[in-house]
Amino acid sequence: MFLFVFACFLFGFIFLRAFLLVRKDVTYNEHKEKKYQHVKTLIVIGSGGHTAEMLRLVRSLNPKLYSPRTYILAKGDFTSESKIHVVEEALKCDNESNYNLERIPRSRNVGQSYFSSIFTTLYSILYCIPVMLIQRPNLILTNGPGTCIPICLIAFVMKIFYLCEGTTVFVESVCRVTSLSLSGKILLYFADVVIVQWPELQKKYKKTKYIGRLV
Amino acid sequence: MATGQVLVTVGTTKFDLFISTVCSAEVSRILKRRGYKKLLLQIGNGNIPEVECIEGMDVEYFRFKDSIIQDIQDSSLVLSHAGAGSCLEVLGAKKPLVVVVNEMLMNNHQIELAKQLFTKEHAYYCTCSELKETLVHMNVNSLKPFPSGKTENFANFLNEIFGFNDTFGIS
Repeated sequence: MFLFVFACFLFGFIFLRAFLLVRKDVTYNEHKEKKYQHVKTLIVIGSGGHTAEMLRLVRSLNPKLYSPRTYILAKGDFTSESKIHVVEEALKCDNESNYNLERIPRSRNVGQSYFSSIFTTLYSILYCIPVMLIQRPNLILTNGPGTCIPICLIAFVMKIFYLCEGTTVFVESVCRVTSLSLSGKILLYFADVVIVQWPELQKKYKKTKYIGRLV
Repeated sequence: MATGQVLVTVGTTKFDLFISTVCSAEVSRILKRRGYKKLLLQIGNGNIPEVECIEGMDVEYFRFKDSIIQDIQDSSLVLSHAGAGSCLEVLGAKKPLVVVVNEMLMNNHQIELAKQLFTKEHAYYCTCSELKETLVHMNVNSLKPFPSGKTENFANFLNEIFGFNDTFGIS
């Protein structure tokens, strides 16, 4: 009986907390009072055009305030890797840079069957959990594609249990003018802020934020 | 018309129909009539093009370069696939742009950006089959400059969330 009540209480709590997080009543405004010296930042690197857009945004940040920076990228994505090093070289201040790379297994390789991709996706998610538990970032920056979803979901679950107080920011690609990407649609619920780059798109999805075209 | 060079770029993949359309004698004649003298093709992983040569129009091609920004700057016109990276790079260099959309790609959301750039009069856009017509009728002088993106807005937005009063910015 006691166990049952406890379980009910726990589920009720989780449900309420998840509901409040989706409604965005908690987080995000709490940060100002905290007086951060610097913000531990996790940057989820997609591939190709996503990488390029993300790194342009990263370059605009003050490297001293948004530090240390951890880049999450797919194993074997050497193109993105070398681009990260180029950007970090430019962000160096006083000859010091404070960043590291975390390579995670791909959810799905090109040409892989959908059935086997279920298992590789699960593996990829499991792999990300300890990474996130160790990192506990204050800020998570993502811009797709779908590979960024596991990280955002883990962050969301961690927030339910007060294991992480990071703000998740998703920036929709500039090529989305009239429709959100699938990642964007999912993260309307699980991210704290979804930024779009065209006013037309903001009108369509009221929960998104438009602060001008960024790239 | 500084150099008379036309740059054709397909980005990181391939777009053979685009390249073969551009390599036809008919397109070359249209470009020549408009005063262009040279075609420079970036063909990616595509097939080596069969060029129908006409007099007064040089054609060169290459697969990839680390950066094609120099080629963009050396050109008087750029015909590009619809990838956002390529399109924004060309517009950033203030070069006239024709975006050629690949209809073969399923679920092609790239067309959204091409359409938007056309609606706002920053670029022309067409499919491969419409390319000739577009090249004949376009007026590159009527295109409006495309303002560059404001990454600093993003930095300011985050600074506000975290209570930083920071005017720093490198870009």
